[in-house]
Amino acid sequence: MDQIILGCVAALVAICFMCLYRAWRGPTVADRMVAIDILGILVVGFCALWAVYTERGFLMDIALAWLLLSFIGTITLAKYLGGQQLDE
Amino acid sequence: MNDYIGLVFIFIGVLFELFGCIGLLRLPDMYNRLQAATKCVTLGTCGIMFGIFLMQGFNEIGVKALVAVPLIFITSPTAAHALARGAHIAGVRLWQKSVCDRYEDDKKHMGKEKPAP
Amino acid sequence: MLRVLYFIVSYIFWLLMTLSLEWDRLAAGAVVCLLTTMIFGKTSIQKHKLLQPQRYCWAAYYVFLLLWECLKANLDVAYRVLHPAMPIHPGIVKVRTSLKSDLARTSLANSITMTPGTLSVDVTDDGYLYIHWINVKTQDVEEASQKIVVVFEKILKRIFE
Repeated sequence: MDQIILGCVAALVAICFMCLYRAWRGPTVADRMVAIDILGILVVGFCALWAVYTERGFLMDIALAWLLLSFIGTITLAKYLGGQQLDE
Repeated sequence: MNDYIGLVFIFIGVLFELFGCIGLLRLPDMYNRLQAATKCVTLGTCGIMFGIFLMQGFNEIGVKALVAVPLIFITSPTAAHALARGAHIAGVRLWQKSVCDRYEDDKKHMGKEKPAP
Repeated sequence: MLRVLYFIVSYIFWLLMTLSLEWDRLAAGAVVCLLTTMIFGKTSIQKHKLLQPQRYCWAAYYVFLLLWECLKANLDVAYRVLHPAMPIHPGIVKVRTSLKSDLARTSLANSITMTPGTLSVDVTDDGYLYIHWINVKTQDVEEASQKIVVVFEKILKRIFE
């Protein structure tokens, strides 16, 4: 059981590196932002699986906080990209 | 029994995330990448969280995983929508083999096309 | 009156997120929820709509429909991504919706993002949505609305209006 979860965690780390490749080579700024947005959601899944593997509950709190902060960061960057003022 | 069903959910979730990130690498322009990645990663992470809930039951980890499912399902499409709109206003072009761009036509027609920042 | 309801809902959410009954966490949650309710408590929901049970039944049906569409969308993306030739014909089309309230339009745009091959880009005040379609079948406004919007619009109208 534990080995399968560890395999899933390893696969998620590989997927995160695929995402980082797109953030590195993205031709435009928007491509990099898409990659970082997706990376935020992937890290949430990674934190949750790692919490199950090590049986530490506080990693789940980190996952939830990361989810909300990544959403707010993406919205802010998208508004900035769209040329609007941030205090709107 | 619940452990095995949860493992199946987690495995399917990781598989969908893999498809989404292959799409992120292969597809030609920003909008197609955003579309593939958002759909697959959202459902994949929801699958992982639901599988964790089935494995853990109603303890500290399981309940928080269940709370995360609707949060991901609401926030992820909203972020994708904001990114697509911001990128189009900032002047990111579609793929050159695209069929049509009614949004660009309407923006020119209304005469409110903004310069790229 | 509605603000009390918002306070209760957000406090339940806080309890689920922290999942402990120590008094300092309960107090911090009460303060945060009170501030949130005071700042963001203005909405345009009519009170009598919250007391009609058939709306909740339609909402439950809508969640299952959305999950099924989402699964189809994922299989569609997997097919397009893994196919060696990548069969895509992307483009941005324009569709029309007859929904009026902001909440209903937000739900519609989010649902369109989760359905096979479509991603909502922008919405105008007079009820037009711009949608990025990965496999454009038609560029006509009415025909595209029939194909993309109408499935969800029927149910959303029963939930929100």
